Amino acid sequence: MIIYIARRLLAAIPTLWAVLTLVFVLVRIVPGDPAIAILGDRATPAAVAALQQKLGLDRPIWTQYVDFLAQSARGDFGTSMVTNRPILADVGAVIPHTIDLTIAAMLIGVFVGIPAGVYAALHRNRWIDVLARMLSLIGLSFPVFVSGIFLLLAFALHWRIFPVIGNANLADPADRLLKLVLPAATLGLVMAAYITRVTRSAMLGVLGEDYMRTARAKGVPWKRVVWRHGLRNAGLPVVTVVGLYVGILIGNSVLTEIVFNRPGLGKIIVGALNQRDYTMLQGLMVIYCFLIVVVNLITDLTYGFIDPRVKQA
Amino acid sequence: MRALLRNPTTAIGVVLCALIVMGALFAPWLAPHDPIEQNILDRMQPPGGDFLLGSDVFGRDVLSRILWGARISLVVAVASIASAIVIGGAIGMVSGYVGGRVDMFIMQVMDVLLSFPSLILGLIVVALLGAEMINLIIAISLTAIAPFARIARAPVLSLKERAFVEAGRALGFSHLRVLAVHILPNILSEVLVMGSLWMATAVRTEASLSFIGLGVKPPTATWGGMMREGFEAILDAPWLSVFPGIAILMLVLGLNMVGDGLRDATDPKLTGS
Repeated sequence: MIIYIARRLLAAIPTLWAVLTLVFVLVRIVPGDPAIAILGDRATPAAVAALQQKLGLDRPIWTQYVDFLAQSARGDFGTSMVTNRPILADVGAVIPHTIDLTIAAMLIGVFVGIPAGVYAALHRNRWIDVLARMLSLIGLSFPVFVSGIFLLLAFALHWRIFPVIGNANLADPADRLLKLVLPAATLGLVMAAYITRVTRSAMLGVLGEDYMRTARAKGVPWKRVVWRHGLRNAGLPVVTVVGLYVGILIGNSVLTEIVFNRPGLGKIIVGALNQRDYTMLQGLMVIYCFLIVVVNLITDLTYGFIDPRVKQA
Repeated sequence: MRALLRNPTTAIGVVLCALIVMGALFAPWLAPHDPIEQNILDRMQPPGGDFLLGSDVFGRDVLSRILWGARISLVVAVASIASAIVIGGAIGMVSGYVGGRVDMFIMQVMDVLLSFPSLILGLIVVALLGAEMINLIIAISLTAIAPFARIARAPVLSLKERAFVEAGRALGFSHLRVLAVHILPNILSEVLVMGSLWMATAVRTEASLSFIGLGVKPPTATWGGMMREGFEAILDAPWLSVFPGIAILMLVLGLNMVGDGLRDATDPKLTGS
């Protein structure tokens, strides 16, 4: 197992390097000078030059690149051009909100999606299956800002069950939970829709397998056959989808945070875009990509856990 | 095709898409009002009467703006996915056909592209290039190139070992001709099915970017932009965000239903599943 983990970790290094390079290039192909963008068109040349020097933009591009790689490797993602605060500090301040939201959405997705998918597969082509398929198709067709606004209209404005604004007091668990419900439902339902679809088709694939029939024939109760033998074998594609979904989840969380006015990574990124805060954007993109690479790693490791054959491969 | 339409889900999808395409095509004749003409006296009229779906904060007719907005959604989605299919498909085919280190390198680059969250990538590209229609198309196609490269590459790996490809080479056909005439027709259906499903994603991404404020600039009507304006007036005029939302949902759902049906129809393994 340790060798397997080590090999996966090593394989992630070139990916991370390539991601960092792409981020570096992407941020620098911007038309226009960031110093002018920050100071405005009417800035004096002296002021622009001073800012360029401060930001390190006057140095050769290779020096900037090497410094950027070295800093990222140390976990230093730079300071914001606009506020002058370290990016990690700004991100650290809001990250609990984003983590709350992501974990809650994942839980909703898994606990709604997996049972729904298994149940639909077991009752294939019956009305409950048709209903599950329809609902999951509708669920994954909803852009999250649309479903978010619809939920907001229904449960916060019409029935007034939940608060409209999602800026929770982290020290108060009740407040934190109450303000999490609608945003988490918005994100979680889309995720549940994805998981239902994948679980259903993966289960359909294993239901006809010989080992299922054998387990049944030797007298294992059907429930146990389905959950222990069936789901464990159907697990790989489901885990893959949950892993791949994190990229979508990150994009969707940006929209959810805007709709519910929640602090979080998404609001920071939109703020940085509006203020043309390039160092902040660069840092955020590195953090996002880092997260995704880590999640892919966890997904790979989970494979080894679910299916021992993967470890030896 | 008939078998395709016998599936009720696909049929509903086709109807939904057809309704919206018709609405977009005939918007100049169907729309009861000018989509951008402001009329302060009629601002925020609730649905009914002269304004079937109500009017917005500038007194513009919501229905007319939805009909015109459909054009933006459709054009951006079709253009971005078409270019992603052409570019991504070409990259994937060449990569799989050439094989070896070139293939490894290209696929590594595609994996890097895949590891960016697509909305974030689109967001940054549009923010850097400027919020214009052509940049939206570039941004959305950029997020879809890598998946199409992967989809096109996989079948090429086995196709290039097949006898008809070898025969073509033995007859002295160029690599380009082998790829275009002998391999392309064999992977086309798979790529096009993916295309229909990705169209749904493109519509969603365009609407999301417009909602964030990075779409085609106002006063041009876009569905995401209408949701954004409506969201700001959500307490006084909920219809402003409800109707464009329903329009987006109808189109995305319709495209997903058609895509699902096409996939089931082209993949015999999935029949009835």
